[in-house]
Amino acid sequence: MQIAVNVNGTEYSREVEPRLLLIHFLRDDLGLTGSHWGCDTSNCGACVVWLDDTPVKSCTVLAAMADGHRVRTVEGLEQNGELDPIQVGFRQCHGLQCGFCTPGMMLTARWLLDHYPDPSPTQIREALSGQICRCTGYENIVRSVRWAAEYEAAGRLGDSEAALDRPT
Amino acid sequence: MTGRAEQARGGTGAKTSGATGGTNDRPRQTSGMAGGTSGATVDSSGAYGPVQRKEDARFIRGKGLFVDDIQLPGMLHGAILRSPLAHARILSIDTAAAQAHPRVEAVITGQTLAARNLSWMPTLSQDVQAVLATDKVRFQGQEVAFVIAQDRYSARDALELINVDYEPLPAVIDARHALDPDAPVIRDDVAGRSDNHIFDWTAGDRAATDKVFAAADVVVASDMIYPRSHPAPLETCGAVADLDQITGKLTVWSTTQAPHAHRTLYALVAGLPEHKIRIISPDIGGGFGNKVPIYPGYICAIVGSMVTGKPVKWVEDRSENLMSTSFARDYHMHGEIAATRAGRILGIRARVLADHGAFNGAAQPTKFPAGFFGIFTGSYDLQAAHCEVTGVYTNKAPGGVAYSCSFRITEAVYLVERMVDALARELDMDAAELRMKNLLRPEQFPYTCPTGWQYDSGDYPRALRLAMDIADYPGLRREQAERRQRGEYMGIGISFFTEGVGAGPRNQMDILGLGMADGADLRVHPTGKAVLSISCQTQGQGHETTFAQIVAQELGLSPDDIDVVHGDTDRTPFGLGTYGSRSTPVSGAAAAVVARKVRERARIVASAMLEVAPDDLDWVDGSWQVRGDPEQARSIAEIAMAAHSSLELPEGVDGHLDAETVYNPPNLTYPFGAYICVTDVDPGTGEVRIRRFIAVDDCGVRINPMIVEGQVHGGLADGVGMALMQVIAFDSDGNCLGGSFMDYLLPTAVECPSWELGATVTPSPHHPIGAKGIGESATVGSPAAIVNSVLDALAPFGVRHADMPLTPANVWCAIQGRPLRTDLAIT
Repeated sequence: MQIAVNVNGTEYSREVEPRLLLIHFLRDDLGLTGSHWGCDTSNCGACVVWLDDTPVKSCTVLAAMADGHRVRTVEGLEQNGELDPIQVGFRQCHGLQCGFCTPGMMLTARWLLDHYPDPSPTQIREALSGQICRCTGYENIVRSVRWAAEYEAAGRLGDSEAALDRPT
Repeated sequence: MTGRAEQARGGTGAKTSGATGGTNDRPRQTSGMAGGTSGATVDSSGAYGPVQRKEDARFIRGKGLFVDDIQLPGMLHGAILRSPLAHARILSIDTAAAQAHPRVEAVITGQTLAARNLSWMPTLSQDVQAVLATDKVRFQGQEVAFVIAQDRYSARDALELINVDYEPLPAVIDARHALDPDAPVIRDDVAGRSDNHIFDWTAGDRAATDKVFAAADVVVASDMIYPRSHPAPLETCGAVADLDQITGKLTVWSTTQAPHAHRTLYALVAGLPEHKIRIISPDIGGGFGNKVPIYPGYICAIVGSMVTGKPVKWVEDRSENLMSTSFARDYHMHGEIAATRAGRILGIRARVLADHGAFNGAAQPTKFPAGFFGIFTGSYDLQAAHCEVTGVYTNKAPGGVAYSCSFRITEAVYLVERMVDALARELDMDAAELRMKNLLRPEQFPYTCPTGWQYDSGDYPRALRLAMDIADYPGLRREQAERRQRGEYMGIGISFFTEGVGAGPRNQMDILGLGMADGADLRVHPTGKAVLSISCQTQGQGHETTFAQIVAQELGLSPDDIDVVHGDTDRTPFGLGTYGSRSTPVSGAAAAVVARKVRERARIVASAMLEVAPDDLDWVDGSWQVRGDPEQARSIAEIAMAAHSSLELPEGVDGHLDAETVYNPPNLTYPFGAYICVTDVDPGTGEVRIRRFIAVDDCGVRINPMIVEGQVHGGLADGVGMALMQVIAFDSDGNCLGGSFMDYLLPTAVECPSWELGATVTPSPHHPIGAKGIGESATVGSPAAIVNSVLDALAPFGVRHADMPLTPANVWCAIQGRPLRTDLAIT
């Protein structure tokens, strides 16, 4: 079947099998390998991308279901050559080790801050509770998201310099 | 925005209260510190410190390169047909329909492989393992056939078209019955084998231990299972094999923690010339020991490329990963501890039944069939100890070491720390007081334990005191007493562990005859930028950053000036790889030693530049300096350019500063730590909540404290999983009950508390920079602290022991007086 999907602002039109999973469409058909496949059962969240404006586990979404929709992947976090503060936060706070879960974690975290700009550590943990990281023990992921939240809060106040210096 | 943001200092360490630091390079000096946050007390003059990771730039952009990301022109996809039965004879395999599938290019069976003498392969433990079964299947999930198709979906489709006729056989599932006289013989492939026995192994002095026990006031015994679990890295195992039909060169991208060892084994097994094999370990999505062995899928991908003449990719799915690749633990332990009534521990002994599955695929040094379990005497000053371990076959997946266990020290630490707590209960003595009374004292180091391991350095009481200070231990005990009055069940659990990592001295430790040394090459370009090639590689540990820091520290360079090459056998020197926390103790030492060789070569060149004798130069602040004349100094960059210039070079230097080395460690390094876990248990539901976890680790000199803390965090989460959630259990037919993440539960962010870390620094006296390994410390040390905490909470119910995982059901049953047998679904 023919599908048309807007991925990270680019329109893609492809002939696909109806059973093709979105994660395989992104990775194998479009070559966007930043999203990872980890479990098949919607438990690990390595495959999280946005479908329109909502994080989904792309191992349990058919590519056909994305027909006519927008998809945002880790490759779409960076805008105009500038890293998203979430990406910077993960780097600043050692929020990643092997890097396999990181794209999915960052996409959920981006959604969280878009809707809850000042989440508590507990809220961050709950937001990420559908995703698994085997390396970090989560603490530094929580700190990474808090870093981005504080950076963005200071930016909204026109005080981004202060955000950078502020301890988390 | 971005540029500034990336330069800003990291803000980690919000909750750390006894933080790390003191990363000097004077190995014999010790320092203890508390207070501050990560890196706050680090000496800023050197290259050590919490510098951000080089690796992150690609990962945060989704630009890592993992095995499944590799796409080659014309690449085919493989899939494995697996046995649905735990034990069965194969009567026939019909692949005709699969081969007729329009998108299938080849179907490989054990017969195909047998024609190439590849249907069996050696394991890392002197056993053999079926690549594709020819006679019998011996565990559920065993590899039976391999389909190669033009896309991954078609390969899966074609698996459904293969017909295998099985004759079911009775299975051996409960290890306790593996040696029964009437037990079915699993390994009848081995001529003359009449039982399921693999090995008997002992350590320590039995007679001396029995004597100590006979004279002791108190002896406490306990049976415990360290159940089978699985490391479950988020990236499953896989490979892309590409045999160049013209040059004969085989390139294999694979999820391997030991690319050089794999290359040699492929050469020996397949008869391929070793110089025609290139193993590339690209970005690896977590290893934890799961990616040390060679799996049948790798061999199938290689044979698939030979058969089809095209590149073949094989990537297992999650169920395949959990059901067929190296599991961990599965130790059935009986422990006994002897002490005086006053709480002086005298001796410890243990009998262990080790379930190794259907093939002994344990990845461990040859002379150590039970790994380093012999360190089960722990951190205490004992008079005698003895253990015996018996390994058996069962109809379960092969393996037996994987999962951040430091070659079975996880099991050893769990045993001794559970026994010490059991003794404390028996003596009605505080668990911290009992440990403090018996911990080895600083002046006893280097210390040879009763089973012969020589601990290199340690200050154990200081670490335990720091953990107790961070926790406010007396305050916690008061709170616990108050809560018990109110009918609330709070537990406080302690674990003190000694690790032995950095295998190892090559005269004692090898894997299949390959000594466990590691190489390093260091090239210094004319402008003073350098490339370090190492024989281990990162699976997330940050080698590209920390190894650059090691070299930078030795040569007065910035870590930014050094690239680290790893994970490619054509581009790196031979070495045994990354597992058992051995990178820093072995390969890290090699990096320091090779940098010092470069520094000495630079000294000779500098002597020519400055027209003085080499002996008149001192290495000061990153330069060779004429003694007594600080103005006369040359940096490595200046010297490197001169070494490549027309300067007439003295004897000993031919035109560059480059050097190479092999590091053969004189001993293991012995990191240690004190952990305290605070839990709240709901007796109505059996639910355990970890309220606090305090971890004080001593891994000697910390190259990058930020990365060290990250390693500890991850290991603590592993401990939560093993203690409370994870188990690979089986039913009586051998069906694996942990075959997906729906059933094999891993901790998420909500099960993990905000870790509270502390550090002491007791350098290793024999390591070139005083460092010890850290990768597995928390995985080794934390399960006992959590279990001790839960059992402490349950003390009012008279519960003395319950096995991991302490799931709500298991805890609730323990409260009712009948704890579950957690490794079996049917007991």
